[in-house]
Amino acid sequence: MSLKRVLLFLPLVVAVGVGVVLSAGIGRDKETLESALIGKPVPGFQLASLQDPQTTYLPDVFKGQVRLLNVWATWCPSCRVEHPQLVKLAREEGIPIIGLNYKDNRQEALKWLDKLGNPYSKVLFDPQGTFGFDLGVYGAPETYIIDADGTVRYRHVGVVDEKVWKEELAPLVARYRREG
Amino acid sequence: MRAIGLFFLILLSGVVHAAGDTYPFDSEADRNRFETLTQELRCPKCQNQSIADSHAPIAADMRAEVHRLVQQGVSNDAIMAAMTSRFGEFVRYRPELEKRTLLLWFTPLIVVVVGIVAVTLLVIRSRRSARTSEPVLSEADRARLDRLLDADESPRDTPSQHS
Repeated sequence: MSLKRVLLFLPLVVAVGVGVVLSAGIGRDKETLESALIGKPVPGFQLASLQDPQTTYLPDVFKGQVRLLNVWATWCPSCRVEHPQLVKLAREEGIPIIGLNYKDNRQEALKWLDKLGNPYSKVLFDPQGTFGFDLGVYGAPETYIIDADGTVRYRHVGVVDEKVWKEELAPLVARYRREG
Repeated sequence: MRAIGLFFLILLSGVVHAAGDTYPFDSEADRNRFETLTQELRCPKCQNQSIADSHAPIAADMRAEVHRLVQQGVSNDAIMAAMTSRFGEFVRYRPELEKRTLLLWFTPLIVVVVGIVAVTLLVIRSRRSARTSEPVLSEADRARLDRLLDADESPRDTPSQHS
C-alpha cells in the first residue's frame, strides 16, 4: 500500500484514539480529590473534647497505632448514612476511630451520639472548622487513615460503606499496621 | 430601550461576584490582590467555580483565610502555597510550571508548531511538483493548438453588428 493510502486512514485512527481517551473518562469520579497531606503529619491543633469541654486534645492523640479519622456533623445527611457502618467497625472489628465533629453544634452532636451510638474513641470538637481547614476537608463525611506516627496516609471522601471498607480502607489499615 | 437595558443588566449579573460577603481592606492594592487571588483559586467542592464565585462553605472559609493573609501582608506566592499545601495543586487554575506540568503548558504550542511545519511542507511539496512536473502541453500539442487558433476565423468569435 502506498503512503497516500495509509494516510487516508489517519482521520479514522485519530477519531478512534480520541474516542478511546474520552470514553475512558466517562463515569470517572472527578469530585474526589487526593488529600494534599498524604505522607505528611497531621496538622497542629488544640481542640476540646466534644463530651468534655475541659479536656483539650493535641495531635499526639494520633500516636501509637493506626487509626481512622472520621469527619462528621449532624447537618450532614451522608454522615447519618455511614454512621451504622462506623459503629459496626468499632464494635465488631475493634477499629479505633477518632471523630472530628466539624462545624457543628455541641448539643446536637451529643444527642446524635446518644441516639445512634458512639463509634469514636475520642471526638474532637471543631465548631469553627479550623482544624478541618488545615486538614483540607472540603465536605463531610471524609475519612482519613492516620498511621501510628501520626502521618496522614489516605483520605476517602464520601460515605464509608461495607464495600469501601473492604476494598479501599481495610487493606490499607492492615498494611500500615504491618509497617508501623 | 428599557428592555435592552434590563437585558444587559442580566448579562452583567453573572460577572458580578456571586458570593456576597464583603471584607474591609487597608488599601485598594490589597483589595485588588484579594480579588485576583480569589479568582485564581478554584473551589474544591464546586469545581467549576473560583472561590470568588462559589457559595460553598469551604469557598467562604478559603476567602476568609485569603483575606486574613492579605491583611497580614503575606505575599501572593505564599498565600497560594498555603492553599495548595492544604487542598492540593488542584485549587490552582494556573498550575505551576514544573516538570510534571510541562506537557500541560506546552501542548498548545507543540500543536501549533506541528501544524505550521505540516502546512509549510505541503506548500513546498506542491510548488516543487508544479515546477518539475512535465508541462501540461507537449510541443506537438502546442503546435497543433496554435494551428487551430490561427485557422479559426469563424464569425461567431467576432462581435455581431446586427443585433
